[in-house]
Amino acid sequence: MERTEAILRPFKRSIGGAHLPHFKHTAESESVVMPSPEKVVIPMLQHIGAPCVPCVEKGDTVYVGTKIGDSEKFISAPIHSSVSGTVTAIDKVMLPSGQLTEAVVIESDGLDTPAPNLRPFEVKSPEDLCGAARACGLVGLGGAGFPAHVKLTTREDVQIDTLIINAAECEPFITSDYRECMEQGENILEAIYLVKEIMNFKKVYICVEDNKPKAIEALYKIAADKRDADNSVQLMKLKSRYPQGAEKVLVYSATGRRIPLGKLPADVGCVVMNVTSISTLNKYIKTGMPLTRKTVTVDGAVNKPQNVIVPIGTSVEEVIEFCGGYKGTPKKVLYGGPMMGTAVLKTDMPILKQNNAILVFDEKMAKQQTETPCIRCGRCANACPMKIQPLEIEATLRSGDLEEVRALNVEYCMECGCCSYVCPAKRNLTQTMRIAKAEIKAKLKR
Amino acid sequence: MEKLLVSHSPHINHGDTTRGIMLDVIIALLPATVAGCVIFGLYSALVVLTCVVTAVLAEFVSRKVMKRPSNIGDLSAVVTGLLLALNLPPKLPLWMAAIGSIAAIVVVKQMFGGIGHNFANPAITARLVLLVSFPTAMTTWVAPLGSSGEVTSSATTGEVIDVLTSATPLSNTALEGGYYSYTQLFFGQIPGCIGETCALLLLAGGIYLVVRRVITPTTPLCFIGTVALCYLIAGEDPLYMILSGGLMLGAIYMATDYVTSPTNWRGQIIFGVGCGLITFVIRYFGYLPEGVSYAILLMNILTPYINRLTAPKPFGWEGKK
Repeated sequence: MERTEAILRPFKRSIGGAHLPHFKHTAESESVVMPSPEKVVIPMLQHIGAPCVPCVEKGDTVYVGTKIGDSEKFISAPIHSSVSGTVTAIDKVMLPSGQLTEAVVIESDGLDTPAPNLRPFEVKSPEDLCGAARACGLVGLGGAGFPAHVKLTTREDVQIDTLIINAAECEPFITSDYRECMEQGENILEAIYLVKEIMNFKKVYICVEDNKPKAIEALYKIAADKRDADNSVQLMKLKSRYPQGAEKVLVYSATGRRIPLGKLPADVGCVVMNVTSISTLNKYIKTGMPLTRKTVTVDGAVNKPQNVIVPIGTSVEEVIEFCGGYKGTPKKVLYGGPMMGTAVLKTDMPILKQNNAILVFDEKMAKQQTETPCIRCGRCANACPMKIQPLEIEATLRSGDLEEVRALNVEYCMECGCCSYVCPAKRNLTQTMRIAKAEIKAKLKR
Repeated sequence: MEKLLVSHSPHINHGDTTRGIMLDVIIALLPATVAGCVIFGLYSALVVLTCVVTAVLAEFVSRKVMKRPSNIGDLSAVVTGLLLALNLPPKLPLWMAAIGSIAAIVVVKQMFGGIGHNFANPAITARLVLLVSFPTAMTTWVAPLGSSGEVTSSATTGEVIDVLTSATPLSNTALEGGYYSYTQLFFGQIPGCIGETCALLLLAGGIYLVVRRVITPTTPLCFIGTVALCYLIAGEDPLYMILSGGLMLGAIYMATDYVTSPTNWRGQIIFGVGCGLITFVIRYFGYLPEGVSYAILLMNILTPYINRLTAPKPFGWEGKK
């Protein structure tokens, strides 16, 4: 395996974006397993796509790994119990996004008995692998939550030749993927070779930002033993620049291929998988235990910032208590990182599959900035990885001309937050882009 | 538990503010301002002070009259006043300087909607307003202190009207003789506007702004480069020409104004080259000795079109559908 920094990162591939402070305080704290709580609330929608329908009833006995929800739709992923115990209710709950969905409430018996029917999964063909990803309930664990089996489905129209493992972790604070690299290196590499073999990929790029030299070193050491003849698995050290880990940006940084508007990485022959996702997939194949635990970075105004392995469905409140409780008065609680995370109204919400961080902001960190007039410095446009012009879009949206707003290509926006981050006038540009996109969707039908 | 704050992402911000940017511009301009006051005497310090104070007052009052929240805290009025002062002759009557500041802030800036909405650089426009209103006063230059006996005495006594006129390096008399040395030009020992003569400190301030990432060097380099190249082709001394007149001040501080110049580097190249060409044409063929202000004003007006023309294609663009 080669470290192909120089060969693979020509000067031309500049992504714009912003240089952010890293705040990776929890990087060197080993992940701690959190004991199962007395009660978990497991929502039926923890992915992009159709919500699941509960397949258990009140009073049923479930075990760790028992399937409790599934859907017949293609873009969806089954959901499993994270504790052993009894289903006490099937309720409506609110997700961090504000969306209401059904949830299975399970009271734990405290034993964490694994389901008796869990068996290692034999993988011989691409179809098997795809089936394994689905049966595991695997979704994109980097935060988006896109069902993994959809990505791994072979397509007639395009030849997929490249697997990109996303370990960039460009959001500040979050270190859960980093810990996965440090603690599960063997497993990750094993998974990569398995997927590559089965899917017959020609190239694999493991992408890590250069602010994680230890992770690069750890993966490199393991990979050096496993290297194959043609060096088809390569480790790439990417420049630390947000949003390096965004799918479109990552595919471009790794391969130079550009994903057009509304298309997927598969359309340019790539599959992008989060490093924790592929590691989870391998664990499932080896043991049959589906996705029921998630490593979550807990940081900010808490007494013991650390990475915690949490049973899915545990409430945020309990996770924070496990981390020594709040330091001072919490003012804002985030699901995810500070750039793309969601601020939540209440802390009784459950941890979801695609959660990778819980951040607590105190008064000082949560201070709202006052908006001042745009001075047209153009920093937002220069920072935009999609090369659109937030300043022009904002001004045009104010004038109400939606056709013109669309002509300014606002639909390319991926809401990474760079424009708002760099704005010296503190304008809420990212939110304005969201509004513009929503207005276009609602009022201008193609 | 206290109610949690719910806001949209991103939840962190870069530390830069409008005020911080303006403060950086002021810091960059200070050395050249002080140099101007040393070179031309204390009276020019009064001109600077008048411009700045009037600009801030005009901003405050006009916001009040328009019933809009005051924004003098962002320091943009200070920058406008300072830039205007540096573009004025050292012995300009103070009331004229005040009129310039009022024109810049009230007419060019606030009447178009305040900061971020002006179509042209307020300081440049105000300077041109003064130039057409008071052509004599605006073209009465004095020799730097110490360059000749009589001027020294008249300036140090602080008498306002007692001005000894002198030719700037760009006026025809000077051109024929070519009697300023590079050292004089570089250190500002030449007649001219208060802040435009000391090339050394203007450059230093420009480097400061580039290092602080307030401006990119694209526009100034293209502007100055174009002027130099044109003079080289025309067979004149390019170095003498770029060190003379308001080129340094204009290219580094006025042509890089955010609001009235293009936002991306392609546009900035067009803007800089355009400014350079117009400056050369006016200086070389025109009746006027100096053309930097007109060049910037004209390119200011073209900026929206340049922006449109040079807007980058989005990532993954597949052509018009």
